[in-house]
Amino acid sequence: MVTMTAANGILKQHSKQKSSKSQDVKVNGHQKKIQKHGPGISVASRQPRHEVFEQAPMYVAVMTYLGFGLVTLFGYFRDFLRAVGLEKCHQAQERAEQKDFVPLYQDFENFYTRNLYMRVRDNWNRPICSLPGPVFDLIERVSDDYNWTFRFTGKTIPNVINVGSYNYLGFAENNVDFLKTVAEKTQQFGVGVCSTRQEMANLSLHQELEQLVANFLGVESSMTFGMGFATNSMNIPALVGKGCLILSDELNHTSLILGARLSGATIRVFKHNNMHSLEKMLREAICSGQPRTHRPWKKILIMVEGIYSMEGSVVRLSEIIALKKKYRAYLYLDEAHSIGAVGPTGRGVTELFNVNTADVDIMMGTFTKSFGACGGYIAGNKVLVDHLRRHSHSAVYATAMSPPVTEQVIRAMKCIMGKDGGNEGIRRVRQLAENTRYFRARLKKMGFIIYGNDDSPVVPILLYMPAKVVAFAREMLERRIGVVVVGFPATPITEARARFCLSAAHTRDMLDLVLHHMNEVGDLLCLKFSRRNLGVCDDVEHETH
Amino acid sequence: MAAGQQWVLVEMVQAFYEAPAYHLILEGILILWIIRLLFSKTYRLHETYKLTEKEKEDLIEEWQPEPLVPPVSKDHPSVNYDVVTGPPSHKIVINGKECINFASFNFLGLLDNDRVKQKALASLKKYGVGTCGPRGFYGTFDVHLELESRLAKFMKTEEAIIYSYGFATIASAIPAYSKRGDIIFVDEAACFAIQKGLQASRSFIKYFKHNDMEDLERLLREQEQEDQKNPRKARVTRKFIVVEGLYINTADVCPLPELVKLKYQYKVRIFLEESMSFGVLGEHGRGVTEHFGVNIDDIDLISANMENAVASIGGFCCGRSFVIDHQRLSGQGYCFSASLPPMLAAAAIEALNIMEEDPDIFSVLKEKCKHVYHALQDIPGLKLVGVPIAPALHLQLERTTGSRDTDMQQLRSIVEYCIQQNVALTLARYLEKEERFLPAPSIRVVITVEQTEEDVQKVVSCLKEAVSTLLK
Repeated sequence: MVTMTAANGILKQHSKQKSSKSQDVKVNGHQKKIQKHGPGISVASRQPRHEVFEQAPMYVAVMTYLGFGLVTLFGYFRDFLRAVGLEKCHQAQERAEQKDFVPLYQDFENFYTRNLYMRVRDNWNRPICSLPGPVFDLIERVSDDYNWTFRFTGKTIPNVINVGSYNYLGFAENNVDFLKTVAEKTQQFGVGVCSTRQEMANLSLHQELEQLVANFLGVESSMTFGMGFATNSMNIPALVGKGCLILSDELNHTSLILGARLSGATIRVFKHNNMHSLEKMLREAICSGQPRTHRPWKKILIMVEGIYSMEGSVVRLSEIIALKKKYRAYLYLDEAHSIGAVGPTGRGVTELFNVNTADVDIMMGTFTKSFGACGGYIAGNKVLVDHLRRHSHSAVYATAMSPPVTEQVIRAMKCIMGKDGGNEGIRRVRQLAENTRYFRARLKKMGFIIYGNDDSPVVPILLYMPAKVVAFAREMLERRIGVVVVGFPATPITEARARFCLSAAHTRDMLDLVLHHMNEVGDLLCLKFSRRNLGVCDDVEHETH
Repeated sequence: MAAGQQWVLVEMVQAFYEAPAYHLILEGILILWIIRLLFSKTYRLHETYKLTEKEKEDLIEEWQPEPLVPPVSKDHPSVNYDVVTGPPSHKIVINGKECINFASFNFLGLLDNDRVKQKALASLKKYGVGTCGPRGFYGTFDVHLELESRLAKFMKTEEAIIYSYGFATIASAIPAYSKRGDIIFVDEAACFAIQKGLQASRSFIKYFKHNDMEDLERLLREQEQEDQKNPRKARVTRKFIVVEGLYINTADVCPLPELVKLKYQYKVRIFLEESMSFGVLGEHGRGVTEHFGVNIDDIDLISANMENAVASIGGFCCGRSFVIDHQRLSGQGYCFSASLPPMLAAAAIEALNIMEEDPDIFSVLKEKCKHVYHALQDIPGLKLVGVPIAPALHLQLERTTGSRDTDMQQLRSIVEYCIQQNVALTLARYLEKEERFLPAPSIRVVITVEQTEEDVQKVVSCLKEAVSTLLK
């Protein structure tokens, strides 16, 4: 994967101060609009937008490669020992009756899994036994054979602070009052539906939810599906096909890539959030047409996400909309992480950039993250949604959403919109924005390298070296903090990171505790790679004290 | 002769030493250049025209895309869904009328089972609704681990893995094992989820006629001959057979013992999709392997969804650890998607409990299926498609009008007539342009354990009336 860093050691910063000399009018354009908001709106919209991707010092990259090289060498050595018979092979083996079949897996495909992942896999798939709220309980598991098998000791690790679950607005809760309607629907409907939307499972509850989603987003109509991943992979083929062009961002999620592949359209990838690359591709595509035949393209679809979950960066929505209008392309916006989490009232990136929702042709999102349920939706104008009702793979062949899950989304959305009579929803949105600002500012001040936009509640902290990644995860668990670490292949090989997902349910004390431990662990493991001057955060300090 | 050659060699070496340096360097560079040209790919000259800026601007001005979605006629049947108010259980309220439900896949009647609901409520109180993360990032709950071990024990396999959506189960399992260059033999009547899995895998797909073992054997023999021509490639090409236990499109059963014989003869692996037969066939509901008495280890992978007999949401794959464990890192629907909500998993566990406690339920269902099958045999004007043990049958028109649309309209009018008479039926829905082998239009009739003798008589008389009134 290509990294998006500038030349070695130089900071790439899009701030209001520097843009006066650049020709990028669009950057200034959306900034000015934000200032029109009144003082009652949350802190987020008053600050200039920063997206920083600092590059680490050279020695870090060298050490990272060395680390991987060493592990690979050891991997070959261990494979040799296993082949020779000096070491026991713990992996499951093929059946004796099928030994002469073509092997199901090639040895080199599993090299990485066998020799690197196995040694450190206690940091993933950690089972929990409570609700995934701001604190949770982990099941204690130990391994007697270096992570090949686990066994549960029977004890739990209680009250671990959860900074890994996607619980942005804190709707992962089991408060009996809040869940009253969900319990009622479970009692009335049961949990299954046993049919598809087009056949016998189009409940009036689903229609109520779709109406609510359309109102929430400010569009004409919407349609909901049972799984967020499947929303992308089953609906993109219904919208584009052979003879169409898809311009997809470099860091798009697997579900978008799978949907694009299944559609049969031509896919071209533009550099992450890079408007020049996108414009160049648009011009070239329209001028030369389809490959080899040069027939004009039937449709051009630009696929982007609201917040990219591995980078924490936010899409440059106003610029993309300007480009889309100029070249008559269509825009598919996947707001899996940004719906409910950004914007003054939680309406997502369209609200953050103050963009008319009619400009985004297809708005897609999921209910897993900010609404504490599961499933996805696609919203837009009525013609689009009617087309999907007839042609979506999910409507014809896959089961509808479960009734209690539907009710959970309905009550969460009503809470955010304020329809249940209180301002609990808007309080949570503001709390999340405040938590985000505070956490990011404190981390930067400590000297960690953080990627992403200042408004995004997804905070990736770069750790680079594989051994440090693992040590960090284990050390934080010792201190009762559950973090998520990601490495290759989900990220570029030299950019392994820890990813924090903040929640409106985190209190200031919890965040302070996490930051305190981060400080200690950062010093212990030498993780504070940043070499920037730290003058940008003073005003935030004033806000919080 | 040898001495002469040797003498020439010495002279050559001498000349080599005496040549000036630039000469040697030049020769060296030329040799390297020749080597590079020999090994570089041949290229074709691209068309060397270049557009001027003005031409580009003109092209951009002129280009008009198609509309994002094609315009639709208002009376297409699928735009207006039938609305169900209230739970889709035995008595279903559809479009305002209360009907007997012959259309939901609620085979064991577990949709409104009180025990299941209580367990789901208890789980709701403890865990809330969503899991807020994929399995790898704190989305693994003890409920998931329990459900996986219960399913593995129930099916008598080593391991099971659960997915949060039934469609995604087989559609993620096939591409996890079969990659570009591998070969998959699949039945023509395979359901849409399997077709999407095949498309995502990018392998060579070879279709054999539905349930025709001779056709499959012919294809396997041809492949064997191909392999003998190119043994090196054959040693790394994986081969799979994908079949369904009980086909949803044709309501019949696959001949599993013959398939196992072919598996060992031609060394292909079998993937079995049991969405319709799990919880239906077999003495204890273990599916088509129990029905035929086939050793479960002979099937490499069994995949099923929990949305039919189990009346929950999601799906699972089970088999040996050697096979299943691979999906934990390569199944796309598993790694990149949030896990199953715990209350749905708890409901599935309780459904499994009920299935294990009361295996008579399967023989009751079997009897009812046979009864309905024979009752629907003699409706004039409609042809029954399926086998007596299938819980979901198809009724097609005996005489087709020639146009699919008219056939669909006729069947739709029959369905609407039945709904007016308080019997809920549905048309079997397909995406006409996307299916590879589009089945004929039909009405789906689903049999559940909750239906009584009177219900069956009512649906038969309703259908007979509808046909005699509407199909003239």
